[in-house]
Amino acid sequence: MSAIPLRKDALFPTPVLVHSSPAHPAAPVIEERARKAAAKAPATGTGYRRVRAPEWLVSALAMALGIAACVAVWEMVSKFNASIPNPAVVGKAAIAIFSDPFYRKGPNDQGIGWNVLMSLQRVGIGFGLAALVGIPLGFAVGRFRFLSDMAAPIIAILKPVSPLAWLPIGLLVFKAANPAAIYVIFVCSLWPMIVNTAVGVRQIPQDYLNVARVLNLSEWKVFTKILFPAVLPYMITGVRLSVGVAWLVIVAAEMLTGGVGIGFWVWDEWNNLKVEHIIIAIITIGVVGLALEYVMVMLAKRFSYN
Amino acid sequence: MEKFLRVESVGMKFETKKGDFVALTGIDLTIRKGEFVSLIGHSGCGKSTLLNLVAGLLRPTEGAMLLAEREIAGPGPDRGVVFQNHSLLPWLTCFENIHLAVERVFGAGESKAQLNERVSRALDLVHLTPAAQKYPHEISGGMKQRVGIARALSMEPKMLLLDEPFGALDALTRAHLQDELVKIVAAAGSTVLMVTHDVDEAVLLSDRVVMMTNGPAATIGEVLEVGLPRPRNRLALANDARYMACRRSVLEFLYQKQLKEAA
Repeated sequence: MSAIPLRKDALFPTPVLVHSSPAHPAAPVIEERARKAAAKAPATGTGYRRVRAPEWLVSALAMALGIAACVAVWEMVSKFNASIPNPAVVGKAAIAIFSDPFYRKGPNDQGIGWNVLMSLQRVGIGFGLAALVGIPLGFAVGRFRFLSDMAAPIIAILKPVSPLAWLPIGLLVFKAANPAAIYVIFVCSLWPMIVNTAVGVRQIPQDYLNVARVLNLSEWKVFTKILFPAVLPYMITGVRLSVGVAWLVIVAAEMLTGGVGIGFWVWDEWNNLKVEHIIIAIITIGVVGLALEYVMVMLAKRFSYN
Repeated sequence: MEKFLRVESVGMKFETKKGDFVALTGIDLTIRKGEFVSLIGHSGCGKSTLLNLVAGLLRPTEGAMLLAEREIAGPGPDRGVVFQNHSLLPWLTCFENIHLAVERVFGAGESKAQLNERVSRALDLVHLTPAAQKYPHEISGGMKQRVGIARALSMEPKMLLLDEPFGALDALTRAHLQDELVKIVAAAGSTVLMVTHDVDEAVLLSDRVVMMTNGPAATIGEVLEVGLPRPRNRLALANDARYMACRRSVLEFLYQKQLKEAA
């Protein structure tokens, strides 16, 4: 019993007719063609040829151009408005700041590295707690119609609320700024996680569930071998959205709560009227957000099965 | 002959928003042990519904179904199902996909090595040992379908249920897999119920071809005893008078008696 001839060349052997004997009736025509082709070949080698830059180079140039244009506009704005520092001043300040990111001079004066790390820590804790609660809740809501109907109005009403509106409640309950900020992150990360996990559970193809039924798999096997892997890509999407939102919200929350953190730092520098530092903070927040997003996309790629 | 599968006055009604939809009515069918039976009919005639009923994925709204004198109460590993779209889990390798089934059926009584041995044997049966560690998206459609068949066979089911198993394949691959299936089934002595819409496939593979009327409220129209000796050779049969007579009677049923109004 032989395997299927999957190799194309087994069915269509590479044509060697060109070199076949002239006795073959079709040979002259084929040879004629071959000669023409052979005559053409060197022309393409020595004649004009369009040289195209590699694609990555073109897009790298475009990116550089975009950034340069942005800096140019900024330069112009700073020319007309003296309160906005120009790129050179900000650059100099940035070098000073990033040359010593981890200094500590008292609770309200710490390096930008500490500020970013503190913010990331809050996001990490709040977001981790949200995952711990949101993902199992998402599974339950996705799996059982009754729970889904129960949760629908609550999620629908609470999802559009700005997470910062929860801050006073947090301050009231925890009586401290840091847990309140973490709590705000928890609340804003929770919804995307529940909703996406639930959608993932509902999207599981009936075929996979039929396999589970035909094989009569135990509930545990159904969960580990079918539900969880099938939902994982959706879950990671939920996680990605949550991290994005959390990073947006933490800056605002820290502006209100104070302490150490990138958001607080922005507000502090505003009070000191160090506008160049605010601009540095904006760029830093952007870069960190981009890095978070990148990590999540990599994670999603790792766990996508198609 | 032993009546292995008995389907007695089975009817199936689906509740829809527009009221009840009667898919099947008055289905009577018995299948002997080791018999290969095909269900053929126009699309939408409920042949897959009947297969799903035997698989236990659906419960009949009327009548009774018995497999080896026991009521079919739900899906179970005594019936190996091969789905039309192979339904392999994309996050498991071919080996793991089969292992999932083997572990379920034999996991309680056998050692790990024995289970792995079973999986290897199933893969070998469909000539896919080299693809054992590949993921479904890395292999061709025909290979996926073969893994599906191997998964169904690995459970050593009392009955093999095939739902248009070769429907999504090209003609060459299909012919090859049909021949493979016949050999595998003969070697294992399996009882088979296969849904198909391919007349040649039905006649070539089956002992009996069960022809279904058009839905709604579809039922069994005619049953053809193929009666061709085995092993059957598709080339030799191409001009065989008995084969052509079988083929003609199925075609007549489908295209004269059950001609669908032009959709």
